[in-house]
Amino acid sequence: MKEKVMATLKNFGVPRLIITGFLLLLLIMAPFVGADLPTQISNIINRFSWNGILVLAMVPMVHSGCGLNFGLPLGIISGLLGATLSIELGFTGALSFLAAILIATPFALVLGAVYGWLLNKIKGGEMMIATYVGFSSVSFMCMMWLLLPYHSPNMVWGLSGKGLRTTISLEGYYNQALAGILQINIGNISIPTGTILFFALLAFGIWAFLHTKTGTAMTAVGSNPTFAKAAGINVDGIRMLSVIMSTWLAAVGILVYEQGFGFIQLYMAPFYMALPAVSAILIGGASVNKATIMNVIVGTILFQGIVTMTPTVMNNMIHMDMSEVIRIIASMGMILFALTRKTEVSK
Amino acid sequence: MNTKKDKTASVDWGSILRQASVPIMFIIICAICIPISGLSANMLVNEIVTRMGRNSFLILSLLIPIMAGMGLNFGMTLGAMAAEIALILVSDWQIVGIPGMVLAVIVSIPISILLGIFCGKILNEAKGREMITSYIMSFFVNGIYQLVVLYLMGSIIPIKHTSIKLPRGYGIRNTVSLLGMRQKLDNLLAINIAGVKIPVLTFIIIGLLCLFIVWFRRTKLGQDMRAVGQDMEVARDAGINVERTRIISIVMSTVLAGIGMVIYLQNMGNIATYSAHSQIGMFCIAALLVGGASVDRASIGNVFLGVILFHTMFIVAPRAGAYITGDSMIGEYFRVFVSYAVITVALIMYETNKRRMRSAAGQQLAAAQEAEEASAKGGEQA
Repeated sequence: MKEKVMATLKNFGVPRLIITGFLLLLLIMAPFVGADLPTQISNIINRFSWNGILVLAMVPMVHSGCGLNFGLPLGIISGLLGATLSIELGFTGALSFLAAILIATPFALVLGAVYGWLLNKIKGGEMMIATYVGFSSVSFMCMMWLLLPYHSPNMVWGLSGKGLRTTISLEGYYNQALAGILQINIGNISIPTGTILFFALLAFGIWAFLHTKTGTAMTAVGSNPTFAKAAGINVDGIRMLSVIMSTWLAAVGILVYEQGFGFIQLYMAPFYMALPAVSAILIGGASVNKATIMNVIVGTILFQGIVTMTPTVMNNMIHMDMSEVIRIIASMGMILFALTRKTEVSK
Repeated sequence: MNTKKDKTASVDWGSILRQASVPIMFIIICAICIPISGLSANMLVNEIVTRMGRNSFLILSLLIPIMAGMGLNFGMTLGAMAAEIALILVSDWQIVGIPGMVLAVIVSIPISILLGIFCGKILNEAKGREMITSYIMSFFVNGIYQLVVLYLMGSIIPIKHTSIKLPRGYGIRNTVSLLGMRQKLDNLLAINIAGVKIPVLTFIIIGLLCLFIVWFRRTKLGQDMRAVGQDMEVARDAGINVERTRIISIVMSTVLAGIGMVIYLQNMGNIATYSAHSQIGMFCIAALLVGGASVDRASIGNVFLGVILFHTMFIVAPRAGAYITGDSMIGEYFRVFVSYAVITVALIMYETNKRRMRSAAGQQLAAAQEAEEASAKGGEQA
C-alpha cells in the first residue's frame, strides 16, 4: 500500500503536488482574507476559456514526438495576420471572428508546413530550435507590422496613418464573439458558455482524431519512431501533419484569447506566450512525450487558477504583490522538472 | 587512397565555407549599412572599441561549456545575476572605484558557484537537452532573482541607502547608479589614439582570460572536458568523472560570466536592475555565433571577430534602417530579428550536421560490417 502511494506520488511529481497544494491553499484562504470567492472562480473559468485552445495546441506535437511546442508564437502570428486582415477587409461583429479564422488558416497551414519540414530536418533538437523559430518570427513580424500597407483607421497609428498600433481594441469587431453566446450569469459568476463549447468542440476533435488510424499512427511515431517506420508509417509526413495541426490550433487559440480579452496585441506580445502554455500542460500532468486532453483541461485550470488567485489573496494577506514572481518560479520550475525527467524515446 | 584524400579535401572546403557563411553574411550587411548610416569612421571605431571592452569577457565565458560538449550556455545569465546582486550590495556599502569592483567580484563568486552547481546538476539530469534546459533555467533563476531583489532586499537583506531602495521601504529601484564605479577600470591606463579611447587595462584583463583559456585547454581538466565533449560514454570508460567535469565547466562559465558582468556594468555606469541580465545571454551567444562559432566548436578568434561584426551591425542598423524607411523602429527591430535569426540558423546548422555525421557514421559502420562479412565468407571458401 505504501509503495503504491509512493509510486503514484512519484508519477504525479513533487512540483505538480506543490502547485496543486498551493492552489488548494489559496482557494481555502480566499474567503478568510476577504477575497470574493465567486468572482475568483468566475475569473478562473473565464481565463480557462481564453487560454484552453493555446494549451491544446501542444497536444499534437507532443504526440508525434516533436516535444513541447515552444514555437507556438509562429501559430500565434498566423492568427494575428488573420485578425488584422479580417478587420482591414472590413468585416465587423461576430462575422469578423469567422473571417479571421478563415484568413488565418492558409497562413497557419503554410507556416506550419515550413516549420514541420524544418523540424523534420533536425530531429532530436526540436525544442531549442522551436524556441528560436518562434523568436525570429515574432521579431520579423515586428518589422512587418510597421511596413505592411494596413489602412484601417481603427488599427494604424493616428498620427502617421501607417504602421499598426501595439494594441488594437476589438470593440465593434469580435469582442466577446464566442463568450456572448449562451452566457450564464448567476450572481457574481458568469460563465462564457460559447467559448467553453468551442474549446470542447476542438478538444473533442483532437481526441477523436487521435483515435483514428492517422491519430494512432501519430502516437506510434511519438512513442517509437523506428518501430513506426518499420510498420510502414510515413514518419516525416505524420510529424509534419502534427506540426501543422499545432500551428493551426495556436492560430485559432490566439483569436479565441483575443475575443475574451478584447484586444489584439501585436509586436513583442506573442514573444513569451509559449511559456505559460507549455507550463500549463505540464502542470496538468503531461510530460515531454505524453499529453492528453485531460492534461490540457486540468493544467489550464490549475495554471490560470494560480495566475488569478495569487495577486488577490497575497495582496489581501501580506499586502505584498508577489504574484508575478510566484508565477515565474512555479511555471519555470515545472518546465525544468519536465525537462529533467528521463524519457526512453530514442531518436 | 588518392581519391579518398581528394574527397575529404573537397568536403573540408564545403564545411569551411559553411562555417564562414555567417561571418561573410555579416560583413556584407555591415558593408552595406555603414555608408548608409552616415557615422564617421572615428565614431564608429570608438563605439566598437568600447563595446569590445564591455562584452568580450562575457562572451569568453561561453567557451568552456562548449568545450565540454554542453552547447551554448544560456545559463550564463545566472552569473550576470550574481554580479548584479553583488554590485547592488557593494554600492549600498558605498565602496567605490576599483576596490568596489574587486569586492563585487569577490562577493559574486560564491553566488555564482552556488548557482553554477545548481545549474550543472540540473543539466546533468537533462543530457542531450542542455540548451533548452539552461535556457529555461535562466528564466527560473530570474524568478528567484526577482524574489531576492524585489522583496528580500531591504526587508531581510539590509539595504541602508534610500537612493537604491524603492520608496515603499523594501526592494531595489529600477536603476541603480554605479556612478562611483563608472568606467573606473576603463579609464585607468586608458590611452587615446586619434580620438579613439582604448581601455588598455580592460583589454589586458580580457587578454589574461584568453591566456587562461589557452592554458586551461592543455591541463588535465581541460583535456577531460574535451573528452567528455567528444563522447560521454568513452570518457566515462576512460575513468573520467563525467558528471563532475560537466558541473565544473558550468561553474567556471558562471563565475566568468559574473566577472564579465561586473566589467560590463562598470562600463555602462548603472544597473537596470530587472532587465540588464535578461538580454545578455542572447546577445553574447549571437555575437559568438556571428564570429563563426558553432554549437560544438568555438575559439577565441570567433569571440573577437563576433564582437566586432555583431556590434558594428548593432550600431549601424538602427540608423541605416531609419535612413532607408524613415522609421527608426525598423532598424531597432531589424537588429533584434538578426540576433535571433543568427542563433536560429546556427542551431539548425548544428543539428543538421549532427544528423549528417550520425548517418555517415552509420553508413561507415554498415560498410565495414559488409566488408567483414565478405572477408569472412572469402575465408570460408578458401
